[in-house]
Amino acid sequence: MLPRRVERHISLGMLVMCAVFCFAFAHPVAAQAGEPPYFAIRNARIVPVSGPVLENGTVVMSRGLIAAVGREVAIPAEALIIEGQGLTVYPGLIDAFTDLGLAIAPTSNPSPLSGAEAQRTATISRGPEDRPGTTPWRDAADELQPDDKRFESWRNAGFTTAVTAPHGGIFPGQAAIIDLAGERAGNLVVGAAVAVPVTLEPNRGFGNFPDSLMGVLAYVHQVWLDASWYSQADTMYEKHPTGLARPAYDRSGKVLARALRDNELVLIPANTRNQLLRAVDFPERWKVRGAIYGAQQAYELADSIGAKKLPVLVNLKWPEKEKDADPAAEESLRTLRFRDRAPSSPAALAKAGVKFAFYSGGITVPKDILKAAKKSIDAGLAPEVALRAFTLSAAEIFGVITRLGSIEPGKIANLVVTDGNLFEEKTKIKMVFVDGRKFEVHEPPTPENPPKGDISGKWKLSYTTPDGPEEGIADLAMESDGSVSGSFTSKRGDATISSGSVSGDKFNFKISLAIEGEPTEITLSGTFEKNMMKGTIRVSGLVIDFTGSRPGSSRSAAEN
Amino acid sequence: MSHTVYSNRLPLLALVFAGLLAILPAHTAMSADAAPVILIQNATLLTVSHGTIEHGSILIRDGKIAAVGQNLNAPAGAQIIDAAGQYVMPGIIDCHSHIAIDGSVNEGSISVSSMVNVVDVLNPDDIDIYRDLAGGVTSANILHGSANSIGGQTTVIKLRWGQSAGKLPFEGAVPGIKFALGENPKRSNFRAGSDQVRRYPATRMGVEETIRGAFSEAVDYKKLWDDYNRRGSAGEKNILRPRRDLRLEPLVEVLEGRRYVHAHCYRADEILMLLRVAKEFGFKIRTFQHVLEGYKVANELSAAGSGASTFSDWWAYKMEAYDAIPYNAALMTRKGVIVSINSDDAEEATHLNQEAAKSIKYGGLSELEALKLITLNPAIQLGIDNRVGSIDVGKDADLVLYNHHPLSVYAVAQKTIIDGRVYFERPREIASRAELAKEKKALIDKLKAAEKKPEAKPNETKPEKPTPPLRPLSYLHPRIASAAKVSWVVEMFSAYAPGEPGGAQ
Repeated sequence: MLPRRVERHISLGMLVMCAVFCFAFAHPVAAQAGEPPYFAIRNARIVPVSGPVLENGTVVMSRGLIAAVGREVAIPAEALIIEGQGLTVYPGLIDAFTDLGLAIAPTSNPSPLSGAEAQRTATISRGPEDRPGTTPWRDAADELQPDDKRFESWRNAGFTTAVTAPHGGIFPGQAAIIDLAGERAGNLVVGAAVAVPVTLEPNRGFGNFPDSLMGVLAYVHQVWLDASWYSQADTMYEKHPTGLARPAYDRSGKVLARALRDNELVLIPANTRNQLLRAVDFPERWKVRGAIYGAQQAYELADSIGAKKLPVLVNLKWPEKEKDADPAAEESLRTLRFRDRAPSSPAALAKAGVKFAFYSGGITVPKDILKAAKKSIDAGLAPEVALRAFTLSAAEIFGVITRLGSIEPGKIANLVVTDGNLFEEKTKIKMVFVDGRKFEVHEPPTPENPPKGDISGKWKLSYTTPDGPEEGIADLAMESDGSVSGSFTSKRGDATISSGSVSGDKFNFKISLAIEGEPTEITLSGTFEKNMMKGTIRVSGLVIDFTGSRPGSSRSAAEN
Repeated sequence: MSHTVYSNRLPLLALVFAGLLAILPAHTAMSADAAPVILIQNATLLTVSHGTIEHGSILIRDGKIAAVGQNLNAPAGAQIIDAAGQYVMPGIIDCHSHIAIDGSVNEGSISVSSMVNVVDVLNPDDIDIYRDLAGGVTSANILHGSANSIGGQTTVIKLRWGQSAGKLPFEGAVPGIKFALGENPKRSNFRAGSDQVRRYPATRMGVEETIRGAFSEAVDYKKLWDDYNRRGSAGEKNILRPRRDLRLEPLVEVLEGRRYVHAHCYRADEILMLLRVAKEFGFKIRTFQHVLEGYKVANELSAAGSGASTFSDWWAYKMEAYDAIPYNAALMTRKGVIVSINSDDAEEATHLNQEAAKSIKYGGLSELEALKLITLNPAIQLGIDNRVGSIDVGKDADLVLYNHHPLSVYAVAQKTIIDGRVYFERPREIASRAELAKEKKALIDKLKAAEKKPEAKPNETKPEKPTPPLRPLSYLHPRIASAAKVSWVVEMFSAYAPGEPGGAQ
C-alpha cells in the first residue's frame, strides 16, 4: 500500500496534467502521452487468462511491461494508482487477422481506360512462372501508417493488438503483429513477418492465369515446390556455378524459401465444409506449417480439423443475407442452415480440441466484434474459451506467448479495463493500456434526442471543393440508439465512418481520408428530412456546404 | 438441348425438381457403419455380361455382389428388397460429365493447363450429383472443360451423395487428362469478350503444334529426371535435383501409360491428326469424346484401340458438329470400336438409358448392345470394368432398379445403389420433401425474427410485409424450364457458350 501522502501527490499531479492535456488535445481519446509510464490498478477483478481469476487484485505496469500481478503486490512510489473497485481487467484483445494500419488500395481511382481496355493493358499472366498476384516480399510491418483512425476505434472496443496483412493477389504479403498505438510505425510492431497469408482467389475473366479455382490450387502448390527447390538450387549454384545451369532469379522464391526455413505460419482460407476439407490437406501437400482462416462452417467437421492439429482463425463476420439481395429470391435450405449454425462453429472447434482465435473479418464497426463473439457464446461456447480466443490462443498461434495474451509479469502491458463482463452488452470499456500507455475510452455523446427518422441508406452528396464540383456516396446504417456506421466513397477514395450519430434531425459523422498523402479527418454534419439532407463538410480548416439526396429510397415507396 | 422432349418424362422431371429441396436426403444412409447385407428378390436382372435372369435375386454383402441367381435364400439379418415387377441393371456410367466441380470447369488462360486437376476441386454438395443419381447414374468421368488443347487432369467418381469430396473418387481408377481439338481450343470464332484475352493457338494447325510442343517438352523433362536419377544412383554428388513441373508431370504419366487421354473432338480429320501425334510420341488415346464424325474413321479408331464416347443425337450446335448422324454409335460398334453414350450435361445424364435406347432404332443395335453403351463399355473405357459395368459376383454392388425395362421411355429409376448402400430411393425422396420444406420455413422465420429484433423502435412501426408466395419450383431452375432456348441463344451470341457440349466454358 502506498502512503497516503504519495497518493494525494499523484492525484494532484494528475489533475494538473489532465487540465493541460485537455487543453492541448481537443481529441477526446488521445493518449495521455506525457504520463509517466508507471501505473497500478488496485482492488480490481483481474482475469489473467493464464490462471485463475483474481478478486481484489493489483496489476502494476512499468515502462510498457507488466511488473507485477497479485493480491499482495507492492505498488512502487512512482506509479499512478487507478482505483479498481467495480472494474475488471483483462489482457488486451487481439484481432487475429486484419488490415489495420495498412492503406486500403484506392478502388475508386478514376482510370482513363474503360474496364475492358484496362484489363487488356494489365499484365497478362501466362502460367505459374509469371508469378501472378504474388508479392510475398511485402511485409505489413514496412507499410504501417501509425495514424490509421481505425486504431482508436479498435482500442475503444478493447483491442490492443492485431495481426495485420497486406491485401491483393494470391500471396499478398506477410503479416505483422502490431500494437494499436504508437507515434511511429516502428513502435507499433511486435513482430514482423509472422505469417504468410494465402488467398485462393482466381483472376477474373478468361485468359489470365490462374482463372479457375483449380488453377489457383495448382499454382500455389507449384510456388511452394519452387520455393523449396530454389533454396537448394541457389545454394548449390553459389558454391559450384561452373557446369550448372543458372537458376532464374526468383524474388518470391527467395522470400518463401526463407519462410520455409523459419517454419513461418501459412494462413490458408477455408470457410465452408468443402473448403475446410480441402484445406486440411494443404499443409502436408505444400510442406508448410499451416493455419486455417474463415472456418465458419467448422460446425460440420471440427473433428477433421482437430485430427490434423491445425490452428484456426475464426471469422466473426457471420454470414448474413446479402443487403442488395432480390427480396423475391428464395435462399436455399443449405444457405439458411449455414446462416443459422455458423456461430456454433467455435463451440464445435473447442469440443474437438482445436486451438482457435477470433478475427474481425469484414466487421467495420469494432464494437460489433464482441457482439459477434457473444453469438458464439449463446451457441454453446464457454465464455472463458471465447476470451482465450481473443487473447492467449491468438498469442500461441502466432508464437508470441512470451510477450502477449495474458496478464503475467514480464509480458507487454496490454490490458483492457471494463466495468463488467466483457461479453455482456451493457458492459462498458473504460480504458485500455497499450504498451503500458493509458487510453481512456470516452463514450460517444449519447444523442440528446431520439433520431427523428432512419438515416440508413445510400445518400448522394454534392458539394464544391476548391477543385470544382464533386460528388460522393455516403452509405449509412443507423442503429436504434442513433449511432451511425457505414462508408463514404468519392473520387478521393473510400473511407469507413469512424464515428457518427443522429440526434433528432441532426446528424454528424467522421471519416479519415488520405489527402495529398496525409491522413486527414473529415467531419460531415447537418440535418436531414425524409430523403434530403444538407450540411457542411469540415476538413483541415475548410468548411464546404453540401446537399444530399437518397435516390434508392424511392424503391420502398414503390413496394408499398 | 433441342432434341429433348420433356413431356414424356414428367415423373423424372418431378425427381429432378425434388433434388432442389432434398439437400441431404440420403445422409441417413451414409453412416460410417458397414454396408448392410441386402437381398434383392423377384427382379428381372439385366446382367449385361450373361443375359437376362427372370425372377432373379442378387445378394449384396460388404458392398459387393455376393451371389446372383434365381433361388437365393436370405441370410439371417439380411435386408430384403422385394423388386417384383422391377428391372435391375448395373449402375449407369457416364463417361463425360462436368458435375461436382467447384469454380470454373476450365482453366482458360493457357492452352496447356495440365497442372490443374479436377480432383482438387470436387464439390460433393453439387445437387447435380443427386439428380444424376436419381437417373440411375452411379459413376461418372469428371472432366476439365474443352477450352484448351491439353486441359486439366480428370478423375472418375462414384456418386456417393452425402459423402465428402475425398470419398467421391473411384478407388483405383486410372486418372485421366482432357484434350480438346477444334473450335474450342483454337477459339478464333469466339468473339473476344471484354474480359477475354487472345491467345495461341488460333487454328487447327496450331492445336496440333501445341500438343506436339507440350509432349516434346515432356519427353525432355522425363529425360532430365532419368538423367538425374541415373547419376544419383551412380553415387554422383553435387547434382541439382531438377525443378518439379506440375504441368509436365501428368504428360510424362501419359507417355508412360499411367494416365488416360480423353480427347474432345468432332471432325474426322482432326481425329486422324491426334492419332498420328499420339503414335509419334508412343502413347494411346483412351477415348475420343463426342467424336461425331467417328463413323467416318471407325476403322482407324478400331485399329488404334481407342474408345469412342458419343451422343445419341445431339449435334448441329456449330459448324464442326454438323456432319453428325444418329447411326454413329451403331456404326462404330459394328467396326469393333468400344462405344459409350455420354451426357456432357447434368440434365442429359438423368436419362442416359433412353439415350442408349435410341441406338436400337437408329442402327439396329440389340438391347444388350444398347445397355452396354452406358454400362460395360464406359467401364472398359475408364479401366474400371473389373469393378463395375455388369451384374457379376465379385463386382461392386452398383445397381439401379427401374419400374419398367430401362430402355423403355416409361422407365423411372426407383432405387440407386452404390457399394451396397441405397443412395437414392424414390419413395423416401418423396416423403422427405415435406419435412425439408418445414425445416426451411422454420429457419426463414427464425432468421427473420433475429434480423428484426435490433430494429424495433418505439416511434416507428413498420407494417408487416406479407411473405412472398412460394414460387413454383421450376422457377428455381431456369435450365430445366427453357434449357433448349437458353443453350441455343448462348451458343449463338456468347463468347463462352456454357450450353455447349464439352464445357467450352
